[in-house]
Amino acid sequence: MREFHSFRAASVVLRHSDWGEADRLLILYTRERGKVRALVKGARKLTSRKAGHLEPFTHVTLQLAKGRDLLIVTQAETQNAFPRLGEDLGKTGHAAYVIELIDRFAYEEEGGNPSLFNLLVDTLGRIESESDAWLAVRYYEMRLLDHIGFRPQLFECANCGRPIRAEDQFFSFVAGGAICPRCGQGLRHLKEISVEALKYLRHFQRSSYREAARARAVAEVRHETEVLMQGYFTYLLDRELNTPGFIRRLRS
Amino acid sequence: MLLPDSIQSLITALERLPGIGPKTASRLAFHLLRASDEVSQDLAEALANLKSRTAFCQDCFNITEAGRHLCEVCESTERDSSVICVVEEALDVLALERTHGYSGKYHVLQGVLSPIEGIGPDDLKIKPLLARIARGGVKEVILATNPSMEGDATALYLRGQLESLGVKVTRLARGLPVGGDLEYADQNTLLRALSGRQEMN
Repeated sequence: MREFHSFRAASVVLRHSDWGEADRLLILYTRERGKVRALVKGARKLTSRKAGHLEPFTHVTLQLAKGRDLLIVTQAETQNAFPRLGEDLGKTGHAAYVIELIDRFAYEEEGGNPSLFNLLVDTLGRIESESDAWLAVRYYEMRLLDHIGFRPQLFECANCGRPIRAEDQFFSFVAGGAICPRCGQGLRHLKEISVEALKYLRHFQRSSYREAARARAVAEVRHETEVLMQGYFTYLLDRELNTPGFIRRLRS
Repeated sequence: MLLPDSIQSLITALERLPGIGPKTASRLAFHLLRASDEVSQDLAEALANLKSRTAFCQDCFNITEAGRHLCEVCESTERDSSVICVVEEALDVLALERTHGYSGKYHVLQGVLSPIEGIGPDDLKIKPLLARIARGGVKEVILATNPSMEGDATALYLRGQLESLGVKVTRLARGLPVGGDLEYADQNTLLRALSGRQEMN
């Protein structure tokens, strides 16, 4: 197939860093090609026509051209800048967490995943518009796990395969799922999970966002699922995420 | 081709600088080799002094000469010490000074909050700023961090911290740049330019 010299890409800006004299290097998640890097010439000049469209978290349509070794942004038009994400530090922190997760788990040249792209855009919109980001972030975590191939097994025991009953269980990062109390006695490195928290995780796994939004979790369950999911992500990545620590420092 | 170690080590050292690739590095190295002794002597001296003869001002954390407790701006009696302009980097102070339009003092944060990079409030010079304001005499704090996601986050955080200290907190205006083009402006900038419009008298 003939490769086009220049193409359009619906993108979300994940990160940027300075490059050369006045250029900027973007890390993007695009609908068409997944994660890509692209250079914006002159983006740090005050008169740049593109810089304003290319802040992190922005949903933007780009025209990308193949340069010698990097993609180069030739046109940029904002679809949604999610301006309220930048007006509230809590929202900025949650949006940064969402962005950090996809940045860590997506790899360049793995190809586009339109439904993951839509999930990302929808989640940023939800964090922006809703007064409480807990639900949007947890829902995103569960769905992201589906897309990257780490969907936790929550309906059968990840060790013996028997159906999980409605009682307090264990959760194993290594096995990637819930462990029934019987198997849990003999295994090590397990996290406890309350039946309520398990119910929420299951609910997120099989419901649409609108259905999931009807559930109202109490503070303990919210905290439990948050800590458990962050632990699971840290295990999968084999290193600490930056944003949870940042959010904690802001809260204190 | 094998190069003598002395040239190769210079090339390797130059390559570590931002914006300099292997080709530029070797060109610079060979230029120095051919140039007169003075050129390389001066360069070597300047490099050696760079770290040993500079220090941070203990008040505003701008860069100053070693051995001095305060920088020129902080020491000056002509500057208005009731206004503090908070910037990200020492280079921003230079940019503001070039305008000759500001007569207050500065505070250099030496960075900017970045959730994704994991740079939190404790990694910046925020505590010294709060201590400085708590000492009294400050009426206004101008937040002059960059108009970017990170700069805005830093400004928001500082506003929260400064609220209880009873100082006026302002943020640099945002709008259309000189020589800009309305057609290409992003929504965010245009909206702010509209809401911050000024009467022409």
